[in-house]
Amino acid sequence: MEKKTKTLKLNFGPQHPAAHGVLRLILELDGEVVEKADPHIGLLHRGTEKLIENKTYMQAVPYFDRLDYVAPMNQEHAFALAIEKILKIEVPIRAQFIRVMFCEIGRILSHILNITTQALDVGALTPSLWGFEERETLMTFYERVSGSRLHANYFRAGGVHQDLPRGLDEDIKNFCTSFPKVIDDLETLLTDNRIFKQRNVDIGIVTKEDTLDYSFSGVMMRGSGIPWDLRKSQPYDCYDQVNFKIPVGKNGDCYDRYLCRIEEMRESVSIIKQCLSLMPKGPIKSLDGKISPPPKNEIKQSMEALIHHFKLFTEGYRVEKDEIYTAVEAPKGEFGIYLISDGSNKPYKCKIRAPGFSHLQAMDYLIKGHMLADVPAVLGSLDIVFGEVDR
Amino acid sequence: MITLADLEKKINSELTTKIKESKIKHEQVYIDLDIKDLIGVILFLKKNKDTKFRQLIDITTVDYPESPKRFKMIYLFLSHEFNQRIVISCFINENEVIPSLTKIFPSANWMEREVFDMYGVNFKDHPDLRRILTDYDFEGHPLRKDFPLTGHTEVRYSEDEKKVIKEPVKLEQNYRKFDYDSPWEGTKYIKEQSEKNNGKKN
Repeated sequence: MEKKTKTLKLNFGPQHPAAHGVLRLILELDGEVVEKADPHIGLLHRGTEKLIENKTYMQAVPYFDRLDYVAPMNQEHAFALAIEKILKIEVPIRAQFIRVMFCEIGRILSHILNITTQALDVGALTPSLWGFEERETLMTFYERVSGSRLHANYFRAGGVHQDLPRGLDEDIKNFCTSFPKVIDDLETLLTDNRIFKQRNVDIGIVTKEDTLDYSFSGVMMRGSGIPWDLRKSQPYDCYDQVNFKIPVGKNGDCYDRYLCRIEEMRESVSIIKQCLSLMPKGPIKSLDGKISPPPKNEIKQSMEALIHHFKLFTEGYRVEKDEIYTAVEAPKGEFGIYLISDGSNKPYKCKIRAPGFSHLQAMDYLIKGHMLADVPAVLGSLDIVFGEVDR
Repeated sequence: MITLADLEKKINSELTTKIKESKIKHEQVYIDLDIKDLIGVILFLKKNKDTKFRQLIDITTVDYPESPKRFKMIYLFLSHEFNQRIVISCFINENEVIPSLTKIFPSANWMEREVFDMYGVNFKDHPDLRRILTDYDFEGHPLRKDFPLTGHTEVRYSEDEKKVIKEPVKLEQNYRKFDYDSPWEGTKYIKEQSEKNNGKKN
């Protein structure tokens, strides 16, 4: 007699601690082996693109903080760059260094979160306790410069909102000297940890071919051995003035991606240090009064400054008719903006290309044939944040 | 090293009849073509050894309600080999069914689902054309320009029915659409309100 087997359908999420947010994953299981995974996304859809179409360019910036909310400034960067390229604004060199520095802080923020939660998913609690202390320090830097720990709203087309407050550069420098020790500590907990390796080595292997077919970018691509990083290949702002290396994986499994992220954090620390030493004094935003608001004391003295201020905060600035795709290397991969302006003060369309969207799409292909227990490990190493996937 | 100008020339000479217009700006090549040539051009760009656009970055659509052909499809490609980007665009009619790229690029699957969800564009031979970002029984296509920002329905938990129910959107105050272009004149909605009130009194 032939034995009949039946597949079991399992709902993973939307409320599940290892789903990293609101993912509903419908798994078809044959015993413990996953046969099919169907991710249902959109549970956090807020219509960001529609909202941006209805806001002026300056009002649209905060929406970018709410996409990948663990590294807010990296997204703002893409939007600011898109407008700057259309309007051909020169960004003062100090502003460029400040932006690059905070983008790298964002990268560390994101990688700490990812590494420690991935460790949590496979059973290690301590890394998250150690890592989150450092995230807290980094978020105070965000707070001191922008006024809020997460939703910074700090980058502007033409520069940044404010200069660094007094003493912040000193504190960031101190952080840079103490943080590598924390990375070492995290590594002693994880890198040679037998359980961590058993759960991650040879799990979720991505070949070079697949990274191209499935539109992977960032660590997902570098983990498979393709040395591709937009900061190097298509440098924006002052990334061509700082030295850094691009860590590349070998096997393309979850463990290699973890190692890439660890090394990237070390590189980020080095970039931050370089930014601090290379940063000149000077203006922090474009001096064009039609784009960036005038300093407060000038408003009281100059009629022109007053008019600029009023026009900027009521009407906003207008962006000439154009279409542009701009991408930055966000911690999770290539984050792009396809911006269509029509000459008015609001974007006609702003399509957001989130790296996590394509990464999550490959879930079915990555997990097929793996065990149920590998689902959180693979999901963790994809580095999914639903703010950007669902938009 | 192939420059963008070389790439543009190459594309124009190899695909003369298919390219309607091409230009270089913002360090990217923008080409405009007819939807029936789309698959051919994309296959050429992917396979040819001088272009090698091996990665699909994104697919999106723009809604131009006034134009004779309503939607403009946009395809973004990246060539890692030559470090170049290309933007392909083509105009389509509102009810046109267009070919799917899923056979050439597996990652087109969700991107096309998103376009279908947001704009209602239909794809031929798509393996799984379902809504992706909106709610399970959502109606309408939110990114179309004629879809209101506030949407049509809102959800709440009903104590009577003991479940989450959908209702037409009821706004406590009018949606405030500020006229940023002429801030001196104030907002229109206040005017409308007062005119309505005046009408009632008379």
